[in-house]
Amino acid sequence: MDAVKRYFRSPAAVAGLILLLIVIAMAITAGWLYPRDPLALAGRPLVWPFSNPRFLLGTDNSGRDIAAQIFYGARISLLIGGVATAIAILIGILVGAFAGYYGGWVDNVLMRITEAFQTLPNFVLLLVLVAVFGSTLTTVTIAVGVVSWPAPARLTRAEFLSLRNREFVQAGRTLGMKNIQLIFGEILPNALPPVIVYASVVMAVAILLESALAFLRLSDPNVASWGNLIGLGRDVLRVQWYVSAIPGIAILVTVLAVSLVGQGLNDALNPRLKGR
Amino acid sequence: MRILTLAGRRLAASIPTLVLILIGVFLLLQFAPGDTVDAMMAQMGGGDAATAKELRKFYGLDLSIPAQLGNYLWRLVRLDLGFSSIYGKPVASVILERLPPTILLMTASLSFAFFFGLLFGVIAARGVNRWPDTLISTLGLIFYATPSFWFGLMAIVVFSVYLQWLPPGGFEDIGAVRTGIWRVLDIASHLVLPTLTLGLIFLAIYLRIMRASMLEVLNLDYVRTARAKGLDETRVVTRHVLRNALLPMVTLIGLQAGTMLGGSVVVESVFSLPGLGRLAYESVVQRDLNTLLGIVFVSALLVITVNFVVDLIYARLDPRIMAEG
Repeated sequence: MDAVKRYFRSPAAVAGLILLLIVIAMAITAGWLYPRDPLALAGRPLVWPFSNPRFLLGTDNSGRDIAAQIFYGARISLLIGGVATAIAILIGILVGAFAGYYGGWVDNVLMRITEAFQTLPNFVLLLVLVAVFGSTLTTVTIAVGVVSWPAPARLTRAEFLSLRNREFVQAGRTLGMKNIQLIFGEILPNALPPVIVYASVVMAVAILLESALAFLRLSDPNVASWGNLIGLGRDVLRVQWYVSAIPGIAILVTVLAVSLVGQGLNDALNPRLKGR
Repeated sequence: MRILTLAGRRLAASIPTLVLILIGVFLLLQFAPGDTVDAMMAQMGGGDAATAKELRKFYGLDLSIPAQLGNYLWRLVRLDLGFSSIYGKPVASVILERLPPTILLMTASLSFAFFFGLLFGVIAARGVNRWPDTLISTLGLIFYATPSFWFGLMAIVVFSVYLQWLPPGGFEDIGAVRTGIWRVLDIASHLVLPTLTLGLIFLAIYLRIMRASMLEVLNLDYVRTARAKGLDETRVVTRHVLRNALLPMVTLIGLQAGTMLGGSVVVESVFSLPGLGRLAYESVVQRDLNTLLGIVFVSALLVITVNFVVDLIYARLDPRIMAEG
């Protein structure tokens, strides 16, 4: 309860939470406010924002409602960000837990693989994965998750290294608990909080990675994603710059919200480290 | 000498990593739909199956996968990255042509981010929790959340379209033949916006780390001693605090080298710079898998090199590291 109180005492953390709730609300109400397909033709192309009450944020180069695409884009960004983060954290926890718990050659092999993933620029690896497996919503989400796991793995490993010889673990071992029980039942719950906090960083990066991929037209072209819209707006950048500008602000706000919430959680859970 | 042995040992340790990456990506690319020959046939406007078979035999694509992998690694030892059928040149020379703009861009962005990150970090830490700190920290958070490609596009709108101060893209003005200092200035003016765009997110990271590390060092005993012996605040910061506070910043350069290279893929596409990142993007679109694999190799090599240099700098900044080694 203390942590919750501490969280709400920080104005930045509260602002982040409000922004995040707004983005989530946009994702939920998209189907209700804009029942039509956001990628369907809605009116004349390149209507400026605020000039026609039917299209509050204007229309893009092919006459699709920008506001509708922003609302539906919130769904895509949160979906890809959330699922990719879950994948990354899951792989990271598994690799980090085994490496940290067993040590020795298991640690050596797993850390070599982690190092290989970290040496290769993650966006380049993302390009390779998309080149190989194509760019549907599912493959892009999995690919973003697969390139993001090394940092959570290192974090989990560090936690496990410091916890594996604690007394409660030794007590469990004397009671005859199996390794798997010790890893997932005893150590992991204690190692989890910093990893969960770090998930916000992974999610912020995942959203940025997907939008960059979509901007390069290498993500799924059949969904209304913010990155797609920015890429589309690039063709009319000289005059109708708003087509690119609006979705960019949406990405900025979302990533900002996620980072602020993560920062707030971090400060609330580790009050001693506040201000770092 | 000891620095060299230490860093050299770490360099040697990265060779297995490099081999692991190459084998992994090579095997991964075997799953790719269509190979180089398919891409070539498509470019030629189609052809019959016999030609395709002959071409596959010529490029050694009819062998088993382990044999192909062995061939590839053996050629790599002799620094032969294969042949790019799209560009009609050896991959090594294609990559070598594209390397200078990327290295220039990365160096410029890194210097920009490092210098201003340091400066703003120090200013924020000096006025902790007062308005300069709040302003700088807020800006840092916003920069961190800004998608680089979007910032690049908006910078083009403001500085190239409306103000017309800077060129919107390209590496140099192809229309005019310039030499010497004028050519340098021309390239520099083309690189201002890409440098800012790529450097922005790193500026945010650096200033945050610098601020945290300054705050930590400022509370150490030896800083109190320095103050107690009557040094003014500027002296304390520049002579005593900075050197120790810099260590995490230098570590970060090594950690971020890969991210920066990845970021340049996007930035080079925004500003149509003929660099390595753009080549990576083009080779994905054109299914030039040989070139893509070559780029993977070169970018891993680049990251390893940066880390090697960082090790050297690190040992220079902090003699204790050598003593432990």
